[in-house]
This record gives sequence, C-alpha cells and structure tokens, in this order.
Amino acid sequence: MNFKLKDIFPQLITVTAVVLVFGFFTYNAQINMENRGIDFGYGFLSQESSFDVQFSLIEYDGSHSYFRAYLVGLLNTILVSVIGIIIATILGVIVGVARLSPNYLINKFAAFYVEFFRNIPLLLQIFFWYFAALRALPLPQDAEAIFGVFFLTIKGLYIPAFIWQNFSVFFYSIVAAIIAIIVIRIHAKRVQENQGKQIPVFLISIGLIFILPLLSFLIGGVGISFEVPVLKQLATTSFIYEGGVSLPPELIALTLSLSLYTATFIAECVRAGIQGVGKGQKEAAASIGLTPNQVLKLVIMPQALRIIIPPTTNQYLNLTKNSSLAAAIAYPDLVLVFAGTALMQTGKAIEIVSITMFTYLTLSISISLLMNWYNKKIAIQEK
Amino acid sequence: MFKYLKQLTSLVAMVAVLFTFTTETMAAKKSKTLKNTQKKGFVRCGVSQGLPGFSNADAAGNWTGIDVDVCRAVAAAVLGDANKVKFTPLSAKERFTALTSGEIDILSRNTTWTLSRDADIGLTFVGVNFYDGQGFMVRKSSGITSTSQFKDGISACTNIGTTTELNMRDFFNSKGIKYEPVAFEKADEVVAAYDAGRCDTYTTDKSGLAAQRTKMSNPDEHIVLPETVSKEPLGPVVRQGDSVWEDIVRWSLNTMIEAEEYGITSANADMMKTSDNPAIKRLVGAEGELGAAFGLDNDWSLRIIKQVGNYGESYKRNIADTGILPDRGPNELWTKGGILYVPPAR
Repeated sequence: MNFKLKDIFPQLITVTAVVLVFGFFTYNAQINMENRGIDFGYGFLSQESSFDVQFSLIEYDGSHSYFRAYLVGLLNTILVSVIGIIIATILGVIVGVARLSPNYLINKFAAFYVEFFRNIPLLLQIFFWYFAALRALPLPQDAEAIFGVFFLTIKGLYIPAFIWQNFSVFFYSIVAAIIAIIVIRIHAKRVQENQGKQIPVFLISIGLIFILPLLSFLIGGVGISFEVPVLKQLATTSFIYEGGVSLPPELIALTLSLSLYTATFIAECVRAGIQGVGKGQKEAAASIGLTPNQVLKLVIMPQALRIIIPPTTNQYLNLTKNSSLAAAIAYPDLVLVFAGTALMQTGKAIEIVSITMFTYLTLSISISLLMNWYNKKIAIQEK
Repeated sequence: MFKYLKQLTSLVAMVAVLFTFTTETMAAKKSKTLKNTQKKGFVRCGVSQGLPGFSNADAAGNWTGIDVDVCRAVAAAVLGDANKVKFTPLSAKERFTALTSGEIDILSRNTTWTLSRDADIGLTFVGVNFYDGQGFMVRKSSGITSTSQFKDGISACTNIGTTTELNMRDFFNSKGIKYEPVAFEKADEVVAAYDAGRCDTYTTDKSGLAAQRTKMSNPDEHIVLPETVSKEPLGPVVRQGDSVWEDIVRWSLNTMIEAEEYGITSANADMMKTSDNPAIKRLVGAEGELGAAFGLDNDWSLRIIKQVGNYGESYKRNIADTGILPDRGPNELWTKGGILYVPPAR
C-alpha cells in the first residue's frame, strides 16, 4: 500500500467530525420541530402566495405560487447584480486608469473618489441614496422633463417605451451584422498571418453594426415609435406618470450605491494590474515601433488582465451578495420577497433559508466559474 | 479499596439520577419555561422596534406600552417584580422565529391572531389585548377622504412580514384597483419613505397608523381614513407545547382585564382584600387557591394589579394620555359597550 494509516487518520477524524456535527444539528432541529408541531416540507412552494410584489420581470401577482415569487425575487437579484457589475466595471476601469494619469487634477480626483466611497459602509450609502437623495427629487407634478421625455421624480424614473413594428427584421439585421463581423475578423487574422497586411477590422465592424440595422429601417419596413409617459392625477396633490416604462427609485438607489461602492475596489484592482506590468515591457514595445495604442492593447493590457481578473472576480461576488441589503429600502430582491415575505407568511424558516442560501451559493459559484474560465483563457499559454 | 470506590460512585450516580428524576417531574408539572424563567430571574419578552403606545423605549431604555405591560404582568406574577423583564426588539420578519427557536418566551408585539399562525407554525395565541383593524393614512392635501377615492396607479407603503401585505391585496383586488406595493422591513423606513412622498398612502393597523403619525415631520398634514378593511385582533403569543406557561400568560392578561371590570386598581388593590364580593377577593388572592394550578403562590394576581395596574390603567397611561387613540372604541369593557370580555377567574 502506498498510503499509510497516519496519512488517512486525520482525514477520517475530520470527516467523522463533520458528519457528527451535521447529524447533531439535523437531529436537534427535527426533535425541536416535532415538539413544537412544525412540519417540514417543500410542498408550500406550489401554494398560492397571495401577496403582490412591487416590481417584477416576469408576470406575477398574488394568485401565482410561492415558487413563482421565488423566481421574481431571484430575477430581481440577478437584474440588480448584472447592471451593478456592468456599471461598476466601466467606472472602475476609468477611475483605475485615471489614478495613473499624469494630470494632477484627474489623478487626485480619482484618488479622492476611491478613498471616499470605499471607506463608508455600504448600508449607509444605500440609505443616503435612497432617503436623502430621494427627498431631494421633485413630486411627479413638479418634475421637469429631461429631453422632453424623461421624468425623474420621487416615485421613480419614467422613460419612454419603444413600440416596434417588424421588430424581428431589425433583430435579424443585428444578428447578421455580428456574424459578418466574426467572419471578417477570422479572415483578417488569416490575411495578417499569411501576408502581414492589416485590415482595419475595427472600422469595418463599426460600419457593419450601424449600416445593416439602418438598412432594415429603410428597406426592411422596420418602424419605431415612442410612448411618452403622461402625467395622471390620482387626487388633488397626488400624481403619477402613465405609459412608458417606470424604474422604481429603489432599483435606481440600489444600483447606484452598489456600483459606486464596488467600482472603488475594481479601480484599485485595475491600477494594481497596470502597475504590475514591468516598465521594461512598455519600453521594449515602444522600441520595436509599436504605437502607444498598440502598446496598451497588445502588450500592457494582456499582461495586466492576468493580475486584474482574480481580485475583480471577488468584487463581482461581493456585489452580488451585497445586493441582499436591498431589503432595507424595499427593493424586492430574493431576500425581501422570499426570505422575507414568503418566510413570514408560511413560517417555513428552515426550508426557505436553506433554499435562499443554496441560491446565493449557486449564483456565486456560477460567477466564479465564468471568471475562472476567462482567466484561464487569458493566462499564459504554455506551448 | 478501588473495588469499593467503583461501587460507591455507581451508587452515587444512581441516587443522583433518581433525585434529578423526581425533582424533574415535580418541576415539569410547573412547566419548563416557568422553571427556566425562575432560574434566570427575568422574563424574556419579544417586542416591536418602537411603536408608541404598544412597545416603545425611551431615551433611557425604559420600555412602555400595553404590549410591554403584558410581559410586566407575567414578570410580576412569576417573579414578583414587574421590572424583571428582558425586552428583545424584533422586526415583523424575525418575531416568530425568535419565539419558536426559544430566544424569547413571550411574543407581545402587536401580532395579529390568525388561523394559519396559530395552527401552522408552532405558536399559540393566548388572548387579545387590542382589537384593531387595518386602515389607510393619506396626506390631507391630497383631498382624499375615503378609500373609495383611490385610483389605479396608487402606491402604498407598508411593512413586509405582516398580515397587512395580504389584506392590502385583498382590498385592492376586491375594488379592482391596480396598485404599487412598496414593502419595507422596518417600520421606521416605511414612515420615512411615506413622509418623503414616495407613496400616496401608508397602510397598517389603525393603531399603528395613529402611533406612527406622531413620528411624522408634521403630523397635522396626515389623516387616517375612516374605513377599516380587516379584522386585526392583536395579542400575546407563546410557543406551542407548554400549556402551563400558556395558561400563565393568558391569565395574567385576563387578570388585568377582569380587574378593571371589578374596579380594582393599582391604588386600591390592597384594600379590596376585605371586599364583600368573592370574585374580587379571588382576584386579589384573599380567597381560593387560584395560583396553585400554575405552580404559583396566591398573591400572583394581586402583584399584577399592584405593579402594572388593570387594563384600563394601562390603556390610559400608554394610549389615551399619549394622544394616540383617546377613544377606546372596541377596546372598552363589554359592560361599557366594547368587546373586551374575558372568562371569569375562579
């Protein structure tokens, strides 16, 4: 035998201890629940929920099941996380690069932003954006139109809704443009490898993505019109906007605070990544005649990304988990809808909390796997 | 020598087991929760995070309110001192878990008695200390004076984890009105959002509306609409499975209400011992052995009345004199046109 008892003995003890601890808690919970006449089971998920939710991406009202309410909460959590991650990444990269700017003003402003927002607790920032900033917004009837069609009020942001004619033609024109761009890129790479000639791929791509959809308007019969929000009176001093799309202030405040907070950490990751690339790399690249743009794109960024990606993954995970603070400001995320209202109405604490924990675990692991895959892709390829 | 030592220890162990067994059965008759409470020296009571009139802490951390008084009454009965209570402020969402998990022994937190709560989640409601109903608050300037003026698109602020959320849906659905529910976890945030103008109406139990109105930046700008859209009998709750503890809490509350019925107050309780009315004498412990059934002494009810007062005193002190709801409405004794009616203590 290759392995000895002394090697597997500690492992055995650990496994036994883990099993015993879990066993004890399960047993204890069972006894306690039995004593208090609480049933255990997931049957409630198919029952009618009988409560409404303010904001939902799928069709939902109280006549749907608790499972549907779970999906509503989950999708709202994913929505705020995805928007938050996108904004935080864009802002983080800009601020991170700005911190390295030789321009004193830009440099210091970026540094101030990072130090200010990352040192205030997130919950406080959420409260600030929701309660302090919200109070400063006008009532619907006092709101000034932005560009004539947007209305930012205390009850939310109202934007026009698009009404499409022949939307499918427009959609396919975009798909066609994307396929064409991919084909051209592959072709351009082959041409460069074989003949050393460079084709202006970027310009051609931009052209395609604009021209094809434009053609769909001109000859494909695609039409677009807007439904502009209109003020409606509910009572003497109570108004709302009807028509268009309304984004609740809870969503706006939460996205804003999550992205402003997380962007500071991403900015630091970006700065560390760029500074982590040796100075010699830049000088060597310049000395073989690459333009500053090419130096950044072909030499610095590919190396910097290897340093940036792993800690940034952590920030994405943090943002997703932090979105559960939504409950404080009534944004109907997974915690508020499912681990809040649904838990209260059913009393199924163990079941609902376990589902919620498992859901966050799955979300986090999915993000991790995705980022690990990307990290592997940009890592040094040993040949 | 060691041989005997071994036998001796096993003998001692057996005696110890037997002894604990006998004391255990005697105390078990008294109730496990009661035993734990007496051992700890305080009653563990779950209350709200601040609802004036019901359970509210002042700057010095002293809790007052009619929900608080129920816990104080139990403390007076089982420990002899109404101040021996440890209050745990809970959100609507946390309250039942705190009780079933054993973190608190009484939940006295403006909680509505419903079938599913009573039967489903391991709880037992012991009585009603406030008859309430859900209502709506609006801004005076809105010109709304009745819920019949509500229109499609109205936004309503409320708490999560309450019967309010369900009643609200029933109400708006029955009227065919589309509404936007905005549900917060904590009451303070509901008030802040409504006060800021986020919502057109704020809905919760009417007593809650009256109490929260006092917290608004300008209470006079808001009115509570006359309609009541649901029945909300509020009362203390205990864990299922300890019927003696359940009885103690139930009869502590009943004692306060019955004391008012017979005109026994904290001021005159001692004098009532010489009353001619046997019902009064029983309540102040001068006749009968009522406490024995719970494993308590005979003065338990007298202590409640002396230290906490009767229901009327508690209501006046907490709700009427604070200007929250000067009119007792249904929370008046059955003998005076209300619906407060408790079984006799005999």
